[in-house]
Amino acid sequence: MNIATLLDMSAEAFGDRVAVVSGDTRLTYAELKAAAQAAAQRIQASGASYVALLDVNSVAAPVAIFGAAYAGVPYVPLNYRLTPPEINELIARIAPALLITSAEPARIVEPRSDVVLIDRAAFLSLPAPAEPIEPPDDPRAVAVQLFTSGTTGKPKAAILRHENLMSYIVGTVEFAAADEDDAIVVTVPPYHIAGISAVLSSTYACRRMVQLEAFEASAWLAACREHRVSNAFLVPTMLQRIVDHLDASGGDAQLPALRALAYGGGKMPLATIQRAMALLPQVDFTNAYGLTETSSTIAVLGPDDHRAAASSDDPMVRRRLASVGKPGAVEIEIRDDEGRVLGPEQAGLVFVRGPQVSGEYLSLGSQLDADGWFPTKDRGYLDAEGYLYLDGRADDVIVRGGENISPGEIEDVLLEHPAVADVAVVAMPDVQWGEGVAAAVVLKPGAQAAADELQALVKSRLRSSRVPQRIVFKDALPYNELGKVLRRLIRQEFVDAQ
Amino acid sequence: MATVLKAGARFKSAVCDTQVMVVKAPPGEHQLGCGGVDMLGGTATAPEGVSLAATLSGGTLIGKRYVNEDESLELLCTKGGQGTLTLNGTALDVKQAKQLPSSD
Repeated sequence: MNIATLLDMSAEAFGDRVAVVSGDTRLTYAELKAAAQAAAQRIQASGASYVALLDVNSVAAPVAIFGAAYAGVPYVPLNYRLTPPEINELIARIAPALLITSAEPARIVEPRSDVVLIDRAAFLSLPAPAEPIEPPDDPRAVAVQLFTSGTTGKPKAAILRHENLMSYIVGTVEFAAADEDDAIVVTVPPYHIAGISAVLSSTYACRRMVQLEAFEASAWLAACREHRVSNAFLVPTMLQRIVDHLDASGGDAQLPALRALAYGGGKMPLATIQRAMALLPQVDFTNAYGLTETSSTIAVLGPDDHRAAASSDDPMVRRRLASVGKPGAVEIEIRDDEGRVLGPEQAGLVFVRGPQVSGEYLSLGSQLDADGWFPTKDRGYLDAEGYLYLDGRADDVIVRGGENISPGEIEDVLLEHPAVADVAVVAMPDVQWGEGVAAAVVLKPGAQAAADELQALVKSRLRSSRVPQRIVFKDALPYNELGKVLRRLIRQEFVDAQ
Repeated sequence: MATVLKAGARFKSAVCDTQVMVVKAPPGEHQLGCGGVDMLGGTATAPEGVSLAATLSGGTLIGKRYVNEDESLELLCTKGGQGTLTLNGTALDVKQAKQLPSSD
């Protein structure tokens, strides 16, 4: 089993169909396979232990993914947004390596004898091998290695084996499911698990991939119109920016070809998805919840769920718009801190099991328990019908005098205040309670709200232990490039302020 | 020859171009055939003198899933050919495409 089979099948059945478009470059499935075969020959000749990519989205990303697979060498896309010392440290961890890059990011790479740099253009014009390269068939071989963001220390190297990724694709995508004119616009960067799964899913579905180097709302809309895009994946911040852009420009999206929009990678604000559904009534919305360690999506809230929730009078159905849906090709259960399995509506830790779940890091080994369950470290609960609701990361829980407090419920209340634009609730050190509740609040332009007013709002809605003991007002909260709020930076500010 | 079928294992036809990957399989040893001849695993090569049985030449299609009656066996056809797939001598059927929990 090898992910190269996905491309073999598409090239065999639909070799003339366009696989990927990036700026002026486009490759058919036959051309993508030929480029990946040529890349495999170069990779094998290099003797590298890893094939790395340090670059923005381009056709080099799918060529490198499949080239590495044909060569039987793990593929490691690196986050080009890290600092130069961080990037060089990661490169040292994967040497000897063949590093695909371009002029701009190449400048920060410190020369090493055991890392060979190859320019993107050169990588895409390699000579074809004399004989076709047959991919190795070891299902346990590592296909992709992704460095986690390392919020709590050194980045961990998450390992995805060919069997994990193949189980995910074969379990969730039907071969050649796309119509000839279909296209998906890909804006997630190549080093993110959603970037990997976009390449694998689109290849197997035989769906044209339109790559954008970076996300910007008007450019995204223009690309959707130009390429008659039918499918898209966005993180919540991106969808918010598109909604804002459409609202500011009169509300007519002019996206007649767009049929399906999937989102994930963070918590979607209810107001954003409701407004997006109103602005794009013909579009099927899907919420996809997944992790790097699970080969991406493990739960899905589908288009019918979205429409049923938006049009229902039943509050238990309406609230499903805030759910991440039902398990896909995996099992999900909720456990308490002692490992006991919890019933419906009982919040605890989310565990997942299935063949697509790797749950494994290089050098740390497998994190699966004896029965194959992986602790996602997300908190959440299932409802009686099996819909999963998430409630933040376990690491973000505030433990105040032995009581577990979830930041999410306090943030939801504060966001209801008309003056509040954005908020993050975090733990702060407290002599009496161990940890206390602190909030960083961003007010809307020109709006006013005093700290005691916000504290009174929380007290009126939640228990007194939930009232932030300290509130600071900020111009903006720190976010990473995919729209995840960086709570550790906010926590650190409260530590430093003491 | 009966063999243990494991998810992920790949087999090719001895008498046509068909190739399959096992998606799921019943426990125990089974005889996987195509075109009336045992399929080949790994690097095995076709024995001399075998040919496609006329009665088992319905053909396979790339990307289709093939199942036995209780769907305890599921094969993904990764390359199409002329033979009919069989498990212990009984022809497999094309699995009807169902709505997959896809996010793409």
